[in-house]
Amino acid sequence: MKRNIPCMLLASAGVVLIGIGIALGQPGQVLMKAVRICMECVGIG
Amino acid sequence: MDKRRFSIQAVSALLHNANLKGFLTGKIYQGAGKNICVPGLNCYSCPGAVGACPIGSLQGFLSGLKFRFPYYVLGFLIFFGALLGRAVCGFLCPFGFFQELLHKIPFPIKKNSFAGDRQLRWVKYAVLLLMVVILPLCFALTPFFCKYLCPAGTLSGILLAVHDSMLRAQLGGIFLWKAFVLAVVIVGCLIVFRPFCKYLCPLGAIYGFFNRIALYRMDLDADRCVSCGKCKKVCQMGVDPVRECNSAECIRCGDCVRNCPVNAIHMGIKYGQAKKHSEKTTAL
Ligand code: SF4
Ligand code: SF4
Repeated sequence: MKRNIPCMLLASAGVVLIGIGIALGQPGQVLMKAVRICMECVGIG
Repeated sequence: MDKRRFSIQAVSALLHNANLKGFLTGKIYQGAGKNICVPGLNCYSCPGAVGACPIGSLQGFLSGLKFRFPYYVLGFLIFFGALLGRAVCGFLCPFGFFQELLHKIPFPIKKNSFAGDRQLRWVKYAVLLLMVVILPLCFALTPFFCKYLCPAGTLSGILLAVHDSMLRAQLGGIFLWKAFVLAVVIVGCLIVFRPFCKYLCPLGAIYGFFNRIALYRMDLDADRCVSCGKCKKVCQMGVDPVRECNSAECIRCGDCVRNCPVNAIHMGIKYGQAKKHSEKTTAL
């Protein structure tokens, strides 16, 4: 079980970072980018 | 073929791209799912995509006009990495699945080991550092990886352009370059197993860092291993599981586990630290 401690700590750190991101309104910024056709991605630039 | 893994890959590709009507209409999904980063490489401009690509989102933050630390996107990457490592690649990533399907197509040359293969593996770390982090930080509004390399984005462009004449009219030099990259990747897949994953993918590079400590890991029972070399021979990612079963290159496909004649390799979340093969040899 001891071997699972580092990954559990890291996974928790991930959750904390997601939480901070939510508090800062970052999901909305991800959404804004993802709901429009990304000109760079599709090759228009 | 591992039917269980194949089914999981197919279901995951479908879940990443559950907006099936988008493929018919050429319209991208605009719902709340796009608040969330998906685990695999899946362009958010793909008409089927229902979530946000983590690599695209990361560059979105780094190339913003004002610097914003990407807590949210990094959180997803660390979370997926800590739990699964590159099992994301072996089981969940739609672009990895796409490459595997291509590799199943019969082709006169199938080659997985060649001179330069080891050195080329480092390119993906350069892509991560330069095209995903440093250049987007230096040049605002330019997601270099998406713009100049990502073949998943090019596929999205093609799927959208089929339906949209305005978009078609705008395709120019950058698209030609990206179509060339996509063509190289596609032909590469006919010959080599997952060439994009091995040499170019920045997301695979990130998850590779977690392979050693991820909850889903591999473990070699050195007392059982008879050094027959079968595991190394069947590994299409070029890993020698006896030497390094948690190598950053391992995508957890399980081929070595299934082919070991003495069941010395285990994969899952319940195994302990691997016994080093050298420990076994000294003990003998
Ligand atoms: S290396 Fe990249 S493209 Fe390949 S399976 Fe992993 S995330 Fe997907
Ligand atoms: S080491 Fe085993 S599980 Fe990892 S990629 Fe190779 S065959 Fe697949």
